[in-house]
Amino acid sequence: MSTVFGIPTQALFGQLLIGLINGSFYAMLSLGLSVIFGLLNIINFAHGAQYMMGAFAAYFLLQWAGLGYWWALVIAPLVVGLIGVVLERTMLKRLYALDHLYGLLLTFGLALVIQGLFRNQFGSSGLPYQIPPALTGGRNLGFMILPNYRAWVILFSLATCLVTWYVIERTKLGSYLRAATENPALVQAFGVNVPRMITLTYGFGVGLAALAGVLAAPIYQVNPLMGADLIIVVFAVVVIGGMGSILGSIVTGFTLGIVEGLTKVFYPEASNTVIFVIMALVLLVRPSGLFGRDKS
Amino acid sequence: MMKRAAIVLATALALGPVAALAQISDGVIKIGVLNDQSSLYADLAGQGSVVAARMAVEDFGADKKGMKVEIISADHQNKADVGSAIARQWYDVDKVDVIVDVPNSGVALAVNQITRDKGKALLVSGAATADLTGKACSPNTIHWTYDTWALANGTGNAIVKTGGDTWFFITADYAFGHALERDVEAVVIKNGGKVLGKVRHPLNTSDFSSFLLQAQASKAKIVGLANAGGDTTNSIKQAAEFGIVKGGQSLAGLLVFITDVHALGLPTAQSLIFTETFYWDLNDKTHAFGKRFAERDKGIHPTMIHAGVYSAVTHYLKAVEALKSDDGTKVIAKMKEMPTDDPLFGKGTVRVDGRKIHPAYLVEVKKPAESKAPWDYYKIRATIPADQAFRPLDQGDCPLVKK
Repeated sequence: MSTVFGIPTQALFGQLLIGLINGSFYAMLSLGLSVIFGLLNIINFAHGAQYMMGAFAAYFLLQWAGLGYWWALVIAPLVVGLIGVVLERTMLKRLYALDHLYGLLLTFGLALVIQGLFRNQFGSSGLPYQIPPALTGGRNLGFMILPNYRAWVILFSLATCLVTWYVIERTKLGSYLRAATENPALVQAFGVNVPRMITLTYGFGVGLAALAGVLAAPIYQVNPLMGADLIIVVFAVVVIGGMGSILGSIVTGFTLGIVEGLTKVFYPEASNTVIFVIMALVLLVRPSGLFGRDKS
Repeated sequence: MMKRAAIVLATALALGPVAALAQISDGVIKIGVLNDQSSLYADLAGQGSVVAARMAVEDFGADKKGMKVEIISADHQNKADVGSAIARQWYDVDKVDVIVDVPNSGVALAVNQITRDKGKALLVSGAATADLTGKACSPNTIHWTYDTWALANGTGNAIVKTGGDTWFFITADYAFGHALERDVEAVVIKNGGKVLGKVRHPLNTSDFSSFLLQAQASKAKIVGLANAGGDTTNSIKQAAEFGIVKGGQSLAGLLVFITDVHALGLPTAQSLIFTETFYWDLNDKTHAFGKRFAERDKGIHPTMIHAGVYSAVTHYLKAVEALKSDDGTKVIAKMKEMPTDDPLFGKGTVRVDGRKIHPAYLVEVKKPAESKAPWDYYKIRATIPADQAFRPLDQGDCPLVKK
């Protein structure tokens, strides 16, 4: 069997693919963060909690309404997105004129409260959520068994990321959004309802987090703390990609997933620090991130 | 980082007469429950251990006997530095007499040393490393409920003897995982088996696919999970996804708690075999305790760690009562001298190295059809008698044991 640095190539392919799967979650979450930061200038620290709420929404739908995974994929993001809209209307909108720090503090506090409430109610071990029957099993790729559900996660999140990027960077609606961040007063003067657009954008970003949560529910336990650890990594991804860069967050999300996957082969003990090492290096060399525009 | 620095809640349980016990420091016996209250070990220990300690104090009838007992608790966040800081503060400032539980072997080893330096008492229920009664044994510590040697001896032996002779370890990368892996490996090799490989993952990992893939590639018959809590449930859940068991390999959860089984659900957890020293549905007495406990801990039925806290606090109070003093070193010595007896573990003893001795049970998780009610999860496959369940006294290298 051929080897690369002492690792069989077969194992290496497997790890690359797994990295890509984890990268899909990083990409979807950092995408939502980037959209919110790019258009609202809010550093949404509640993103992890909203991801967790998406997974819980899927669990509730199954337990209380008997609605399975496919329904959850549609309903959970809508419900959680709606909660996001309420949040924006009642609290966040008061902070736009202030420093970024206030938004960060508010959303960080909200995240702690939400996670605390869920943990108090549901404990820390998590709740079971099964893979939908249509996606159970796996196929043998020769070098590894790829679970069907994981293949689905890669395809689905890639599609979501591309559609989001296309809408924001290539459509008329997207151009309004981008214009509104550059100069809200001018866009308002053209008859566009900027506050409503901003509210919906926040709702959309939150919905993306919830969607990632539904995708994650069958893989990880539905756990009140599932977002708490992830959010730190995702922020590192956003910083590496460049705050507010849509394409940057997608590409960096997938790439870092792969880097992390490789670390798990060569030096597993470092697998949850490697992303932060990269972040530190990127900040030293390119403080605005790999894809970020220098605002100074 | 997003956790409260420390939650300290104090509960004065009895405000009765104080004069009876003159040698009690400040007139109060103060018990500190130190464990993970917010992360992956919070359900298997956490607030449940505080509930268990409180029940022990109530059942002991401390207030009727004129003993004033106070229980406080804090979250060590699975960090040895945080745990050490709380232990020091408790001993020096808050006048805590005994610390109980302390899951997470890394934290327990740190608090073990501090307790010894300060001449206080430590009753470990949550932590697993057998080093607490081995190299790190202390005249101020009793290791109550279970340890890595007992788990290896129970589960490892049973599996190797039924043909599982090649192993791959997925190990939590800290004191506990290393100790468990070491002890199981010794059992495997002693019985003529082989270890084909091992991989170490950081504590509190969510994605195990990469490690499972390495386990799969090793072609080992048994994938041994030397981790606990959320790490174990995620490993088991994802192993199902990657077809580990379908591919002909078997999973060995080396430390599984009933809360983990509950979190996984029986369809995923069924047929797992592992070692426990307590099950709430073992007999009428444990059954009654289990139901009382569940009422007070949000329906969670007691794990062996919770039961251990109850049993340890009960024995501690008996020793304090007999000694009429709460001096840490003296009470621990007294506890070793007195035989133990409580409704959960029955009659037992505490050895000179600090090891509490009682039977262990090899359990198998029921199939969904066999389970009649929530938390009705285990079948007892074998009982390992008390004299065989733990490491023989002369094999632990404990300096307190005279050769």
